[in-house]
Amino acid sequence: MTEFLQQLGQNTRTSFTKLGRGTFFLLQTLSGTLSVLPRPRLLLNQMYSVGVLSFLIITISGLFVGMVLGLQGYYILSDFGAEETLGVMVAASLVRELGPVVSALLFAGRAGSALTAEIGLMKATEQLSGMEMMAVDPIKRIITPRFLAGFLSMPLLAALFSAVGIVGGQMVGSGLLGVDEGAYWSQMQANIDFQDDIINGVIKSIVFGFVASWIALFEGYDAIPTSEGVSRATTRTVVNSAFSILGLDFILTALMFGDN
Amino acid sequence: MDNSVTPQNSLVSVQNLSFSRGNKKIFDDISLEFERGKITAIMGPSGTGKTTLLKLIGGQLFPEQGTITVDGNNVHRLRRAELYNLRKRMGMLFQSGALLTDMSVFDNVAFPLREHTHLPESMIRTLVLMKLQAVGLRGARKLMPNELSGGMARRIALARAIALDPMMIMYDEPFTGQDPISKGALVHLIKSLNTILGLTSIVVSHDVHETAAIADYIYVISEGKVVGQGTPKEIEQSESDWVLQFMTGAADGPAHFHYPAKDYVDDLLSTGNRY
Repeated sequence: MTEFLQQLGQNTRTSFTKLGRGTFFLLQTLSGTLSVLPRPRLLLNQMYSVGVLSFLIITISGLFVGMVLGLQGYYILSDFGAEETLGVMVAASLVRELGPVVSALLFAGRAGSALTAEIGLMKATEQLSGMEMMAVDPIKRIITPRFLAGFLSMPLLAALFSAVGIVGGQMVGSGLLGVDEGAYWSQMQANIDFQDDIINGVIKSIVFGFVASWIALFEGYDAIPTSEGVSRATTRTVVNSAFSILGLDFILTALMFGDN
Repeated sequence: MDNSVTPQNSLVSVQNLSFSRGNKKIFDDISLEFERGKITAIMGPSGTGKTTLLKLIGGQLFPEQGTITVDGNNVHRLRRAELYNLRKRMGMLFQSGALLTDMSVFDNVAFPLREHTHLPESMIRTLVLMKLQAVGLRGARKLMPNELSGGMARRIALARAIALDPMMIMYDEPFTGQDPISKGALVHLIKSLNTILGLTSIVVSHDVHETAAIADYIYVISEGKVVGQGTPKEIEQSESDWVLQFMTGAADGPAHFHYPAKDYVDDLLSTGNRY
């Protein structure tokens, strides 16, 4: 029993110290923002590797998710003779939930894990330490541009995901199952609200991008500099990002849509 | 000791330094002086914290006790910006080279220049080529770090370390894992750079012959203490058991061959535990 309590105490302490280190790391990262702005090249390079290289996976996944939504939605809605509202259903699910959440999960798996492994290996091969000794702050030079790139790319990727998904839903809905194309688009136009649906979805994706980039970079920076340490850190990035994204999604949804 | 370095003309001075990792005491109240313009070597068995010492001097680690001054500045009292300014004048050569793997050799050497100066690209090119010429690798400027051999990577890292014309360079195990030819090249480079550029060099190493050939002064460290110091000649003639064991490479001596363990026979006869 004592042992259990001891273990529990120790684990709690470890988690809190890590949370503290993580917060400190985030503050340092954010404080580097001003020094990145005069060097847009650093940011652009990272936006390319974090954002542009995630294009393909986001587009393909978005297309398939939209197509599945089209199928599933049609079968349910047609029972009630409401297949004209398919567009609303597909667009609302994508813009409010699936776009931000699924693209954030994919982002954590595709770009987050890559960031963790990159930073972890830079640490293991003394590149970060070497930079410090060259009087170059690795947080400002390496971490902040990657953080900003992740944070800025996420809403764009989520928007792309939703847009492609809506087209996918339309392809299946009107192309395959015969829902009227005009109804698909006009119902969507009439019922999707800019403020309630689109802006809220964008806010979600901004929050997820912030959290996923933070976790990925911190896990890499905090990794034990060995091959096992980096591999564990990469796993933790994917797991912790997924938990945080899903947990935050619930909280944000409750806050945004709770009182209607 | 008559030959010992006086604090007046030392560039780096370590006073009463203590440092521990967990329960293990790495340094126990040691004092070292590194004279300007000279090559001072820190020698000792692996795991005596030689690399740790360089990180302490560079301000990457904090000592538990004691002070380290570099060119009159107490490294651990400096503000961040001041420390970074000091580091621009301190080069460090990491054991692995620590080259940035996403950049070519040229860009690696240009990195400190681009970060810290506003020189035009044409001048950066000239400077980089001069530094690369000094280490004999001007022809390798287009290669990526993964295309370099270990010895080449270290020489490129050396070119990068002298890019900002520092006042001193710290070498972390420069000879480890090198073939005789690259070892010879590095020995020659360290010596000639020190003379030509008027640097102060700190060489951390356990390669006895290479280090003794170029060092002006040697400290032998073991178990957190300085167990011997002097010019290479004095060290060779030292009567200290520690120094003798280290210089001759005897397997057993004051530094034991066996890691501390319980009695061998008892250990073999005990049953029940897996380990």
